[in-house]
Formats: sequence, structure tokens, C-alpha cells
Amino acid sequence: MNTADAGDRAYRVTVAAMAMVVPLLLLLVSVEVVRAGWPALHRFGIAFFTRSAWDAVNGDFGAAPAVYGTIVSSILALVLATPLAVGSALFLSEFAPRWLQQPVAFLVDLLAAIPSVVYGLWGILVLIPWLRETVMPFLADTLKLGNTPLFSGPAYGNSMLAAGIILAIMILPYIAAVTREVLLAVPRSQREAALALGATRWEMIRDAVLPHARSGIIGGIILGLGRALGETMAVTMVIGNTHEISASLFSPGYTMASQIANEFSEATNDMHISALMAVGAGLFAITLVVNLLARWLVSRVAGERTA
Amino acid sequence: MVAGMTELAMGVTLRPQTGEHSAIALSDVRLETRGLDAFFGATRVVKDAALRVYDRQVTAIIGPSGCGKSTLLRCLNRMHETVVGARAEGEVLFSGTDVYSGGMSAVTVRRHIGMVFQRPTPFPTMSIRDNVAAGLKILPRADRPTRSGTDEIVEQALRRAALWEEVKDRLKQGAVMLSGGQQQRLCIARALATQPEVLLLDEPTASLDPTSTMRVEELVYELRADVAVVIVTHNMQQAARVSDRTAFMLAGELVEVGATSAIFTAPTDARTEAYITGRFG
Amino acid sequence: MTQSTAVVPGGRRVPRNVTRRRVVSAVMIVLTYLAAAAATLPLIFILANLLRQGVGSLHWHFFTSMPKPVGEEGGGMANAIAGTLMLITIASAIGLPIGIGAGLFLAEQRGTRVANVVRFLSDVLNGLPSIVVGIFAWQLLVRPFHHFSALAGGIALAVMMIPIVARTTEEMIRLVPVSLREAALALGYTRWRTSLSIVLRSALPGIVTGALVAVARIAGETAPLLFTAFGNQFWSTSPGQPIAALPLQIFSYAISPYDDWHAQAWAGALVLIALVLVISVSARFATRSRYGRGHD
Repeated sequence: MNTADAGDRAYRVTVAAMAMVVPLLLLLVSVEVVRAGWPALHRFGIAFFTRSAWDAVNGDFGAAPAVYGTIVSSILALVLATPLAVGSALFLSEFAPRWLQQPVAFLVDLLAAIPSVVYGLWGILVLIPWLRETVMPFLADTLKLGNTPLFSGPAYGNSMLAAGIILAIMILPYIAAVTREVLLAVPRSQREAALALGATRWEMIRDAVLPHARSGIIGGIILGLGRALGETMAVTMVIGNTHEISASLFSPGYTMASQIANEFSEATNDMHISALMAVGAGLFAITLVVNLLARWLVSRVAGERTA
Repeated sequence: MVAGMTELAMGVTLRPQTGEHSAIALSDVRLETRGLDAFFGATRVVKDAALRVYDRQVTAIIGPSGCGKSTLLRCLNRMHETVVGARAEGEVLFSGTDVYSGGMSAVTVRRHIGMVFQRPTPFPTMSIRDNVAAGLKILPRADRPTRSGTDEIVEQALRRAALWEEVKDRLKQGAVMLSGGQQQRLCIARALATQPEVLLLDEPTASLDPTSTMRVEELVYELRADVAVVIVTHNMQQAARVSDRTAFMLAGELVEVGATSAIFTAPTDARTEAYITGRFG
Repeated sequence: MTQSTAVVPGGRRVPRNVTRRRVVSAVMIVLTYLAAAAATLPLIFILANLLRQGVGSLHWHFFTSMPKPVGEEGGGMANAIAGTLMLITIASAIGLPIGIGAGLFLAEQRGTRVANVVRFLSDVLNGLPSIVVGIFAWQLLVRPFHHFSALAGGIALAVMMIPIVARTTEEMIRLVPVSLREAALALGYTRWRTSLSIVLRSALPGIVTGALVAVARIAGETAPLLFTAFGNQFWSTSPGQPIAALPLQIFSYAISPYDDWHAQAWAGALVLIALVLVISVSARFATRSRYGRGHD
């Protein structure tokens, strides 16, 4: 009799202990990463994230170019991915013939299954040559955009533009999936009411569907942003890894993740490692805030469905 | 048998209650509640219940939905307390021992007092045979039957549940392939396999079609030969058809308990009469 | 645009510019078709490249040989394939039990404050950038011991698995009807037996699917391995030593300037994708339960 109770207690304790691993891990990550980055954070203060110096020999560090590159590449990715993701989600939820829905959704979802390093490989060997030889000359010379700050400078291929495009492809399935989900959560009655009032199909979407789904879609976009900010391998392989801030999308750059990936194994002195750890801590903090924001927005619309 | 079926199908005929029968039954109180209160959080849903369950009798608990009859039933085998925030106070004497404080664990209580629910609950990952044997598998090693012993018990339990002929050729198949009525009889067989002294039935026919309902009712009537049965039902005709004694519950209170014939023909409490005659509930 | 608005407050219909509104609608619908087409193009391009470049460099010795220096014919990724399988095994051995246990806890304590907090933190952990997991594992498991190890890499991958497995386990257990749990308890099952041999067992196909999805996701992870498993040009299956992994090998070959190695990287990527797809497809099959779907 008491063995039964003992068994139950052992089970409950075991399961609870396993669940406690989750908070423990998060706590460990925060503590360990911040602690390892503390020498750099302590030395340079919050200005660490706004300084541009990166001198491993003299131990002078600032993460501004990486922060800048992280933000620019992610925003570029959003600008490129959002219309395609939302458009394809609208297609799937509103217009696609039944037989086409499954295959197209499957193909888009499959993008999320491709490992980052494979995107990087494709980026280096296919995307970058194409950008260097076709897209960049076209933008700079044919469209005469070469004199605008955004598209100036030599076309190396390895660039912020390449990083933005790769990231756009990688986050597209996430935005598309969330958007599809919230569009499906829009009640039928909303659509029918609009149609009954004589709206065209597009007007129905614009006036009835999108307003209802808006904050969910924004949540999906921000979820994609969270992915883009932390994405490492593919970006490291195509961004050029240069500690510089440049307005031109043709220039190579850095993101926080790619700077860590690129320099960590070469960092020999403690302050260099600490600076990279501090970059990691900053990245952790940014993605945390962004993911929380996304979660909140999505849960507001879709409730239990996607939260 | 055939006559019995007709009676059941007619639905209203009452079982004759002989004085002799009652005399035997009274001597064998299997289960008795004393001052039993059941709570969900701060809400008291069963109030001061005093109920006796006799061997070789079917005791029915009737009453309008929400009156606490299922909760009362679930207090008898300590299933009530498995719900978060639920607790029971008072005594439930099983063969004279209080199931709450008499040194019995909930698990032991439930091994001796079987239960069948409103909806059939076959274990979907198990075959028909393994479903019936499920309660045997978890017995202490000393009490666990051998493989062939288990097969024998399974057959016996299925026969008692009047399901053997229908499933004997497909014992290895999944239990979820059975029809709803068969699934419910399977659950009864599963509960019988461990030889419980009491069988609790919580609206066992609520999700069944009329034919399956009739078969289960017939079964319940036969089961009382060797097990005390308590059945909760919102169907008064069913209570009249299958039970020897009936308890009427209203708003958490046991209003009246007595021989089924008496309750349905000459209730002493005005509220019972109002319910029986269909004035509310 | 605003002129053509059909729905005005009060629900009055304004039949204005009907033709123009129809055209706008048709154009926008066509644009969503184009967006859907454009969204599927990258996948088709990438898969086409992978197949064209990968199949050509994929010989049987890719699976059986060790990497060769630049310029030498042949050579393969036998050590990286073995390494990846080993890392997956370590990660699963640690991540699956913890993830499933955490999922059981979340499902059984559903609604309590602790469960809500753990669920929330699990989602936070899931959103953690993989490179941060990498430096965390390095700080905790490599730095103090002064050398890279397969174990550190496996643990880093396990950290990524746990939240995924925990959440899918919770979802799958929630799908098991409460009545089944009650039936087991009423039969005299103890709580732990009810949880493990009835509830968990019933949810198992879904949990296996979730586990396979998690494995598929970590199989291709590179960033957590950079400073933990580190990679190894030689054969090693020792958990205490640096170990090769397919993604690491693809990475180092991809950023090299040699065509030979690029070809190897394509072949490696094809094998990696095939591995991920095989795991994902088996995940679909795992959802079919033993006795099929009957009544109810």
C-alpha cells in the first residue's frame, strides 16, 4: 500500500525535476553568458554596443557594427520575405484550389526543414556568384542605382544583400505558417458579411480579413524577425564578416551571431572571448524581447491555437 | 430469460420484491456511507449522505442532473479525490472498514470496488484480451495469475459480460474496433476480471443505442448474483428495470432510500414523488 | 483605393467604379498567386542545385572513406556521418527523457502557476539563438576541461531538443481523454502507472513524431557544434574527444577555395538533407497507431 504511494511520489518528483531542467537551463545560460561577457561589459559599459572599435591586440572592443549588421540584415530579410509570405498565405487560405493547397503549403514548410549550413553552402556557391555577376551589376548599372548610398561600391558578392536574401528565404516559412494560421482563425461570418455587402474578393480581404488578422500577422513577422536576428551559419557564410558599418548593401558586414561564429575559435586573449560573450549576451537579450513581443501578438489573435 | 427480455423491453415492469429476499440482503451490508460530504473546492456537492449497499442487490441512484449522484458514486471508490480541488469527508465503510481512514490505500480500494463510466473507455493501445487483463497485470506479483491463468480469467470475465461469443475469435485485435455497446461490455469485463466485491456503474448506458442499452441492463441484472452493483442513472425506467433498491438524490442530499418497488409506487417524501411523477428534473 | 470602398458604416452599398474595383481585385488575386509561386521557387532552386551538384559527387566511398587532402581523388565523410549519428544519439539520450518528463509535468500540472511558468520558459528556451547555445556549452563544458568533446556537442544539441520535445509531448498527452486516465485509476492503477503505461502509451505515436521532428531539427545544426564537438579530420567515436559532424564538415568545405571540396560539400549537404527528410518521413509513419482508428 505504501509502496504505491512511494511510487507515486517518486514519479512526481522525477517528472518535476525534469521540468525544472528548463528554468535551470535558462538561468544557467543567462548567468554563464553574462558572467563570461562581464569583463568586457564592465570595462566598456553599455557603450560596448555603440562603439565601433574591434582591436583584439590592444583589447579595445565595441559591437556597434555587429549590432548594426544584425538589424539591417534582419530588416532587409523582413522587407523581402513579408510580401511573399503574406501573399502566399492569402493564396493558400483564400484562393488556392483545394488540390493545390497541400502541396504548396508543404513546399513552403519544407524551407524550414533545410539546415542552415545547407543554405550557407547554396549561398556561397550559387547565390553569391549570381549576385556578383548578374544582380549587382543590374542594380548598379542598368538601373543606375550605383550612385545611391544603398547600392554603391564594388560588387564582391559577399554582402549585407546576400545575407538579407538568405535570411528572407529562411524566415519565409515561419511568417507564412503563422499568417496562414491566423487567417484560418478569421471567422467565416466576417468574410460572408463582407461579400454579402457586395465587396469584391479583394475588398473582402482588405476590409474584413486583414484587419481581423492584423496583429497575428505582425506577430508572425516579428517571430520571423526573432529567427533572423539569431540565425548564424548561413549568414556567416555569405555576409563577408567585416567589422565595418557601411550604408551600402553591397558591402560586407557582420551580424552578432556571425561575429561570434567567425571569431570565437580564433580568439586567444580573454578580453576578446569576453567581448564575444558580451555580444552573445546582447543577442540573447534582443531575441528574448522580440520573441516575447511576437508571442504576445500571436496569442492575442489566435488564442490557444498558436500560442 | 426470454420473458425477462420482454419485461426489459416493456420498460416499466417492476421486479417483484419478496420479503425473504430483503431479509437475506439486509444481513450483508457490503458498503455503507456515514455522514459523507463531498466538496469541489468550497462547494459541498454531497451533503451528509447515508447509503447502504447490499450484496446480491442492485442499488440505483437517481436524481436530476447536477444533483451529486455521480460524485456520491465516485466517493465510494475514492475516485472523487482524483479531481483537482475535490475532497470527501465522512465515512465509507467497505466490509466494515473505512476506505478513507481504515489503512487502505486508494489503489487497494479501487481494486476491490470496480467502476465503469458513462462513455466506454477501452485502452486504445491494447488488444481486447489485454484490456480485460489490464487490471490483473498490475496486481502484486504474488497475486498475479500466470499467462494461462490470465487467459482463463479473461474468458470468464468476457462470458460474465456476455461478450465472449462476439469476440472469442479476435481477442488479439484492438479494442477500439468494437462497437460502442461492445466496448462498454468490454469495460465491464475488465472491471470484473479482478473479482471486485462491488461494481459501480456511472450512467453506463448514457452513450449507447437502445439495443446495446438493453443488453447492458440485462447484464447488470444478472451480475448481482455475485457482486453488489451500484448504478447511477438519470433514467428512472432504467432504475426501475434493473435495481432492487433505489436512492433518490436532490441537490446533494439523499432524499429517500428504499426498495425500488416502494420508491416508485409509494414514495414517502413529497420531493421523491414529484420527481418520480415527472414534475421536475 | 478609398474611393472604391464598398462597405461603408451602416452597411450601405456604394456601387461606384464597379469595373475598376473588379480589376483591382483581380490584380491583387493574381499577385497572391505570384507570391505563392515565388515563395516556392527558392526551395525548388536549392533542391535542384543540391541534386545536380550532389549526385555527381556522391559515390559509395563517400560513405566509407575518410576525408582526403585537396587534390587527392575519392575521399568521403565516413567519420562525419558516424559523428553526426553519435551526436544525435547523445543528444537524444539526454534530451528525449528530460523533454518527455517535462512534457508529462506540463500536461499533468496544467493550469497551475508552475506549469505556466515552465511552459513559458520552455518557449523562451526554444527561441534561444543556436550560437548562444554554442557559446554557453563551450563556457560550461569545454572551457573548464580545456578540450572539445563529442559530449559537449551532444549536450548543446540536447538543450535545443528539450523545449521542442516538451511542448509536443504536452500537446500529445492533452489529446488523451481524461476518461482513459480515470478508467485506469478506477482499475486500481497507481498514478505513475496510469501516467506511464496508459496515458503516455496512448500518446506515444504522437510523441515519437515530435521526437523525430526534434531529431530532424538538430541533425542539421551547426552553430552549437562549432566550439563544442569542433570537428575532427580523423575517425573518432569517443565521447571525450572532438568529433566530426556532417554540418561542420559541410561548413569547412564550403568556405574553402577548392572545387574538390565544394563538390564534397554538395554531396555532404545532399546526404544531410536526405537524413533530415528520412527522419521527417518516418515521423509521419510513426503517427499511425498499432490498432488503427476504430469507433470514437
